[in-house]
Amino acid sequence: MTSSAAATIALTDVAARRGNTTIWDQGSFDIPQPSITAVIGPNGSGKSTLLHLLLGLLEPYSGTVEVFGSEPREASEQLGFVPQSYHVPGSDYLTVLEYVRLGKIGNQFFWRSPKGMDQQVADAIEAVGLAGYERRRLRHLSGGEQQRAAIAQSLMNQPKTLLMDEPFASLDVRHQQRLAELIHGLRMDHSIGSLVVVHDLNPILPYLDGVIYLLDGHAHYAPTSEAVDEDLLTHLYGCPVQVTRTAQGDIFTRVTGHAP
Amino acid sequence: MIELPTVTVQENWLEILTADFMRQAFIGGIITAVAAGAIGYFVILRQQAFASHALAHIGFPGATAAILLGIPITLGMVTFTVVGAIAMALTGNRLNDRDIATGTILAFATGLGLLFSNIASTAAANVQNVLFGNLLATTTSQLISFAVFLFLICLTIAICYRPLLFTSISPEVARARGLHTGRLNLIFLVTLALTITMAVQVVGVLLVFALIVTPPATALLLTARSLPALFLSIGIGTFAVIGGLVLSALFNLPPTFFIVSITTLLWVIATITRPQNA
Ligand SMILES: Nc1ncnc2c1ncn2[C@@H]1O[C@H](COP(=O)(O)OP(=O)(O)O)[C@@H](O)[C@H]1O
Ligand SMILES: [Mg+2]
Repeated sequence: MTSSAAATIALTDVAARRGNTTIWDQGSFDIPQPSITAVIGPNGSGKSTLLHLLLGLLEPYSGTVEVFGSEPREASEQLGFVPQSYHVPGSDYLTVLEYVRLGKIGNQFFWRSPKGMDQQVADAIEAVGLAGYERRRLRHLSGGEQQRAAIAQSLMNQPKTLLMDEPFASLDVRHQQRLAELIHGLRMDHSIGSLVVVHDLNPILPYLDGVIYLLDGHAHYAPTSEAVDEDLLTHLYGCPVQVTRTAQGDIFTRVTGHAP
Repeated sequence: MIELPTVTVQENWLEILTADFMRQAFIGGIITAVAAGAIGYFVILRQQAFASHALAHIGFPGATAAILLGIPITLGMVTFTVVGAIAMALTGNRLNDRDIATGTILAFATGLGLLFSNIASTAAANVQNVLFGNLLATTTSQLISFAVFLFLICLTIAICYRPLLFTSISPEVARARGLHTGRLNLIFLVTLALTITMAVQVVGVLLVFALIVTPPATALLLTARSLPALFLSIGIGTFAVIGGLVLSALFNLPPTFFIVSITTLLWVIATITRPQNA
């Protein structure tokens, strides 16, 4: 397989396995970056597994995964990662500044500090809207602020794409909107794409370029216009979903009944 | 009527303080405090206080077996704690499973230690030393092994400081960024085992918390920045050891009691007076 246009995240006939179970297969798509992509699918359908494949934390059972034209392991510095459980108790004690800085130097042994790091830390903190919080400890931040700190940390190795695992899960509606705007802003102002695992498309729908959906044990990709489809979403969630388009051009999805 | 013994200042305290065995005690105690203060900072960040407690108990049969066999206590201890650390690293990181496995081995190890100490005829005094420490009996050969341990610990921290921090606070991200979290945890637990081996000889199996956990916990109440916290932690432990030895010479009481009292007192003061944002 050749990938001359390297600015993509590409799967070619990938099957993902955990233990002896195939989680999903037939994963073939080529998503240009930077773009905003949602990953949807029921619990246990293998969304986190997909992120782990892209990060090189898991080998594909078959097929090839290419991240910006390289093997995932070699591309790990081009991806930022915000895991679902981004908050670890040990980080409580650190200040935002040190926590974010580790996104750059945390995987380096010895003591050398790269040039311009302080400016980069300041920029990352600024980009996520945490300016003024530098000297605060993580434990004195709200959940949403801690998440922003984790995003700032993931920006430190200057990734081309961020992988986020269910970042909307524990946010209230207003903070969901702010996060969607942040993801959009990173795309517009910094050319950083995002691949975001979500359960509800709505918060991110206005900015969405495409959707990876894990359905019936297969991984598919479709541009937003095709993926946001009543039949598809109804099949995916296992309960009736209605897609509404308002006169202003807004779209949203709504569950309209009960699972059979 | 029971007559309570009175605690008085010994008249020859200055002579005691400058005696050879005291100099040995100061060196051994300070080496241990430096190692414990530094490693302890990571123990707190990595949430491994229980592991340090467990390693001390796992070292207990090592020490009593050494007494039984007539080999150096440090050798017996370090063998058991390092093997224990490797076993703990291999049983993985899932907190609950790990703690249950560790706790079970801990209890077994303590029972084993009791058995060995019963078989050894001269045990009684020695076992008390293992349980509560006996800094005043520090030997030259102990000091040599302590110095080697401290060198290895400092070397590890100097090389792995950032990855140890990163795997403590963002383990999944660290793994995605190419760090071997399992290997780093193994390295860390082995250096912790070396530290515990020393700390047991200073304050005993039952009181290692006072040197490993209390100083860094106190430091973290006072500063959030990692390097200052690490050095403050070292400073608090060292101060407690020096203060403990001086007080023990003054009052002819075991240094362990004073060392633990000082670290506890500092922790209480820091808890009460800590800044709002700590
Ligand atoms: N380390 C693992 N070993 C074996 N099975 C796993 C492992 N991690 C996840 N699984 C299984 O793989 C499936 C997909 O998991 P995951 O990717 O986490 O799903 P999702 O993120 O979509 O909820 C689940 O059925 C889960 O039980
Ligand atoms: Mg998941």
